[in-house]
Amino acid sequence: MIPEFGHFALIIAFCLSVVLCTVPLWGAWRGNATAMALAPNLALGMLVFSAISFACLTWAFMQDDFSVQVVANNSNSLLPAQYKFSAVWGNHEGSLLLWILILAVWTAAVALFSPQLPLVMLARVLAVMGFVAVGFLAFSLFTSNPFARLLPGIPADGQDLNPLLQDFGLIIHPPLLYMGYVGFSVAFAFAIAALLGGRLDAAWARWSRPWTNVAWAFLTLGIMLGSWWAYYELGWGGWWFWDPVENASFMPWLAGTALVHSLAATEKRGLFKSWTVLLAIFAFSLSLLGTFLVRSGVLTSVHAFATDPARGLFILVFLGIVVGGSLVLYALRAPAVRSRVGFAWLSRESLLLVNNVVFLVATLTVLFGTLFPLLMDALGQGKYSVGPPYFNAVFVPLMALLMPFMGIGPISRWKQDSVSRWRAELLVPAIATLVCAITLPLLYEGDYNVWVALAVLFAGWLVFGLLRDLGNKVRNASSIGAGLRRLAPSYWGMFTAHIGFAVAVIGVVLTSQYHIEHDLKMSPGDTDSLAGYDFRFVSVGQVRGPNYVADEAIFLVFRDGREIAEMAPQKRRYLASGDVLTEAAIDAGVFRDLFVAMGEPIGSDGAWAIRLHYKPFVRWIWGGPILMALGGFLTVADKRYRRQRSAARESNREGAVHAAQT
Amino acid sequence: MHPVRKQRLYLVVFLVFFSSAAIALVAYALRGNINLFYPPAEVAAGLAPVGQSIRVGGMVVEDSIIRSPDSLETRFEVTDFEAVVPVVYVGILPDLFGEGQGAVAAGRLDENGVLQASEVLAKHDENYMPPEVAEALAASKARMQEQAP
Repeated sequence: MIPEFGHFALIIAFCLSVVLCTVPLWGAWRGNATAMALAPNLALGMLVFSAISFACLTWAFMQDDFSVQVVANNSNSLLPAQYKFSAVWGNHEGSLLLWILILAVWTAAVALFSPQLPLVMLARVLAVMGFVAVGFLAFSLFTSNPFARLLPGIPADGQDLNPLLQDFGLIIHPPLLYMGYVGFSVAFAFAIAALLGGRLDAAWARWSRPWTNVAWAFLTLGIMLGSWWAYYELGWGGWWFWDPVENASFMPWLAGTALVHSLAATEKRGLFKSWTVLLAIFAFSLSLLGTFLVRSGVLTSVHAFATDPARGLFILVFLGIVVGGSLVLYALRAPAVRSRVGFAWLSRESLLLVNNVVFLVATLTVLFGTLFPLLMDALGQGKYSVGPPYFNAVFVPLMALLMPFMGIGPISRWKQDSVSRWRAELLVPAIATLVCAITLPLLYEGDYNVWVALAVLFAGWLVFGLLRDLGNKVRNASSIGAGLRRLAPSYWGMFTAHIGFAVAVIGVVLTSQYHIEHDLKMSPGDTDSLAGYDFRFVSVGQVRGPNYVADEAIFLVFRDGREIAEMAPQKRRYLASGDVLTEAAIDAGVFRDLFVAMGEPIGSDGAWAIRLHYKPFVRWIWGGPILMALGGFLTVADKRYRRQRSAARESNREGAVHAAQT
Repeated sequence: MHPVRKQRLYLVVFLVFFSSAAIALVAYALRGNINLFYPPAEVAAGLAPVGQSIRVGGMVVEDSIIRSPDSLETRFEVTDFEAVVPVVYVGILPDLFGEGQGAVAAGRLDENGVLQASEVLAKHDENYMPPEVAEALAASKARMQEQAP
């Protein structure tokens, strides 16, 4: 019965979303305050019923209800409880339900935390989000019902969850990633609402900005977790593969990064308004495109589920409606919202513009590389694949181009600045950076590496520029502590996020330049030396887990004759599916990771194919994004986004009057 | 010229310059870094170029996997049930690689028609088949049915 309740709740949520995307919109058009006031309640109702539906599916997984098809296909009675829980979204139908739930959460959050928003604006925003919800709820109900039963012929046990997904990373990676993906729908809804109302001003940017920053921060965390999960779970020791689905999450991030920066200019200076709106549409469209790529199975990818073509077609049509509709609306309304503010060449606005151009071009090149195989296939030119070298060759120079400007950005002034001031401010940071870039790579044993020197140069340029700016801001305060306290959270957000970017750059370049990898045959008793670490293969034994059996190798790692770590990689065989999984052993550190993974047994004397990695600074690759996400969250704490109840009431009245007049 | 217009002109010039540089970069990067998929039947027919980076995929032939006793070299064959292509790979194979399973090998053909693979991709999911492999198998099945009386 419970799964039927879930299905029923999903249908109710669908009906509510249909009402949400029509009635308040009609109210906003006719100036009917009652119809507009329905929107927040409908949004809450949608959340409640999506949550009930999600809870029912979770219950089916936890109770091993194998009469439900997705449970039978993706769970097993031996599966540990926490993985039964995460198996809810470890499949197509369930992950779509999670998507819907998160969309409902965002919609309800907008309804609850926007008392300062004029009613007519709130009604429009929620209606647009309701429209997105209609699309996804229809998709779930009509093409991928998670509650479909296997009747008769209920299997005795489930086919188990894909072993790659039985991992802590999968418990948190999809929810965070979806929080980011779906979060851009809020920025999109604000943009469309502003276009509908023809009212695009600094207030609009101020409402939209905290939501966008939070969504961007979640997306940053989600991508970072995906990268970390791939690193330790896929057993290759790589952290980014330019896989189509990785790109699918990366493209909204790139567009979102441009959006976050252009929103700053729109809020502070009323500039780039129509451009910002376009970026918001673009970022969310890329989120939808990502969903299409993942869910349609058109591309070969590690993330692809078994799929059927009807689903791909549905999302493609929905994508067409959303992108086409919003672009038409944009074409009709954008000329009315152009900004009439000027700025000089040497100004913060110009630097933000550089940021936008670089990120947009980066997005487009990644988009091109990702869609190129589809394009050639559609043209009948054969089945191509575009490899990581293409993406690296295009992406790395773009980021290198960005960073010199990024160093000047924080210290520059709005509207008008001068070269002489920049020179005075940045001379000391430039010298400090240069000294670091020349000396720091010398500390590393081995040959002097030019790429590392360049990475230190760029990262140092960011960090020293930021420190200089911080110094300027604190200098006039009575004490350093007082000066630091006086700074706004949004400043700290920018500071943290930019430092995070520098950290990530250092991590990426040092790991790629200095990592050492040995694939070799080893027998118990063998020792291999790697970057001054001696890996001794001690023994292989059998271990048993809750739902698998494994060969476990024991490695002792020595440095200068002293034992520093014991590592135990495993080769697991899962009982229900018979799938084999490599579980790598990792000795993590701030400055280096040691990584051991088992291949297959070789010959009959107990030898194994073994993969040994030495990965310096690899943790920085994920530390950077964590700082960036932290920065994104920090900006929301800024005073100017807090509720201003009296002002809100006033603008509500104003909004109602405004709506009645139009 | 009006200063606002002048600024716009510079902006457009900058954008044109920058995007053409980006397009040049894309074209250059694309040239050496894409590879085309060939079903085993086309490789056997000599349609695949020798010495260029290509991908070949199909089912791994039963009893064809031979692991070298003293190195990481593995030899196996992939088939679309019409023709067979021998593959040599040195390194660690993915977990779900196995006989009777779909796999895609990326590498270069040598003069003897053996694919020297630099990368082997297997499916990551029980029910999942790489689309190009599925299509190649369907095509060869259709051809064989045509030939059968």
